[in-house]
Amino acid sequence: MGHAPRRNTAVKRTARSSLLAVLLGGALLATTACSAAGQGPQGAPASGSVSSGELNVFAAASLNGVLTDLAADFEDDHPDVTVRLNFAGSSDLATQILSGAPADVFASANPENMDKVTAPGMAAGEPVTFATNVLQIVVPVGNPHGITSLADLADQQIKTVICAPQVPCGAATQKVSQEAGIEIPAVSEESSVTDVLGKVVSGEADAGLVYVTDVKNAQGDVEGIDFAEAGAAVNDYPIARLVESANPDAAEAFVALVTGPEGRKALADYGFGTP
Amino acid sequence: MATTTAVPDRVNTVPDTATAVRAPVPYWVYPLAAAGAIFVLLPLAGMAARVNWQEFPQLVTSEASLAALGLSLRTATASTALCIVLGIPMALVLARSSFPGQQVLRSLVLLPLVLPPVVGGLALLYTFGRRGLLGSTFEAFGLQIAFSTTAVVLAQTFVALPFLVLSLEGALRTAGTRYEAAAATLGARPSRVLRTVTLPLVLPGLLSGAVLSFARCLGEFGATLTFAGSLQGVTRTLPLEIYLQRETDADAAVALSLVLVVVAVVVVTLVHSRAGWAPALGVR
Repeated sequence: MGHAPRRNTAVKRTARSSLLAVLLGGALLATTACSAAGQGPQGAPASGSVSSGELNVFAAASLNGVLTDLAADFEDDHPDVTVRLNFAGSSDLATQILSGAPADVFASANPENMDKVTAPGMAAGEPVTFATNVLQIVVPVGNPHGITSLADLADQQIKTVICAPQVPCGAATQKVSQEAGIEIPAVSEESSVTDVLGKVVSGEADAGLVYVTDVKNAQGDVEGIDFAEAGAAVNDYPIARLVESANPDAAEAFVALVTGPEGRKALADYGFGTP
Repeated sequence: MATTTAVPDRVNTVPDTATAVRAPVPYWVYPLAAAGAIFVLLPLAGMAARVNWQEFPQLVTSEASLAALGLSLRTATASTALCIVLGIPMALVLARSSFPGQQVLRSLVLLPLVLPPVVGGLALLYTFGRRGLLGSTFEAFGLQIAFSTTAVVLAQTFVALPFLVLSLEGALRTAGTRYEAAAATLGARPSRVLRTVTLPLVLPGLLSGAVLSFARCLGEFGATLTFAGSLQGVTRTLPLEIYLQRETDADAAVALSLVLVVVAVVVVTLVHSRAGWAPALGVR
């Protein structure tokens, strides 16, 4: 019976690892269910902590590249200030700000989400439109289906992925397809523009509708095709300093940088239009 | 359970914990346990407090919500069936045979438990996607997995399979091989032993494993989003619908979240009361 003790430990080990696994799984399940509710504010420090050297910028995910560059420039010009960038979907950011997250500056990808913040008077003054973005058709490199216009996407054979109407890029998609008088038989309506781009980059989809700046960011992996109706849905990006800002001077200076000549140049480099 | 009574009593060596003397738990354990319970329950209460009860019926019975709920239940059922078909043989091999590299294989098979679901989705994409390892093969047979309900089922099965394998393997080890050996010496062929002895013995473990897998399928989000896409009635399951509704209609998102929580609670309670955790986990 020399086997008995060994088997015993094996059983114990399996038992322990299964228990751990089930606990882990339960945690996963709970995370999915709870985070999906999206009501929880970020685990950021309380807004009471006033450290003058920090500037919290909440910005739409599409601004990631350009604002990271501009924040570095800003820190060069203001060595005492540390810029902390929080990139996410504009509606998430608006929810976070409304739930009391400590933000100094909010740059939204559309006026609607900025309105959520200005309505209860949380923005200092009128938000300034500092950039514009339009949709572009995105296709795999080489454009295997020879797509040249928005009307081409009405073809059932072409697997097109678009944003769901609930999100800004989806609202813009609805506008341009109405303008073109077509219905796009999309195989998937994603909840973010990055997911649309991802499906085209991976080759799952034949075409997608994303912003010009997204195509520019993914340069090399995909091709962008301009289309006539894009002008029907120009996305305005407003920026504002927030009333609750712990660092109003730095916030003001940052807004000035983004809306000023240096900001405009950087935005243009990333494919944004400037008003 | 005719097989059980036919076996002499001395073979039944599993101790009866109900009558065993219990050592007291250190007193400081209780407040920590309470804190843990509160940590889990409070967010649920927080969510319930946010529910717009007046509009709740309309919110959860909208066309989009019902389509998502229906799709979730259908795909989770299909995925659980697939988990059972694939998981029973896997658990049998892991629990009843030994071969070099078994430990490594077990760890690898359980990988989806610890992988972030998005990573699982990417892995599936690069395997079953159009440009993936097997994608062109499938396409040659006219099978399109991308953006189909099949993709949802694959994603759910991928993440839920380890739950069934773990539960069942634990149950198999706890049950031991004595009855199987007895049946074999009496001349039963392996398939008959499996059908008439092994599976009836581990049925509670199998059931709880299946229910846990079902629950995991219901909650699947990341892999589905990455791999299957999101289209009403085709690939947009309840978690994806919640994620989308949250963009514009927080009330609808919270209402649907509550539906998901209720379904999950019902499922977990079912496992608890019917099978009990102990045999499933192999801890008695």
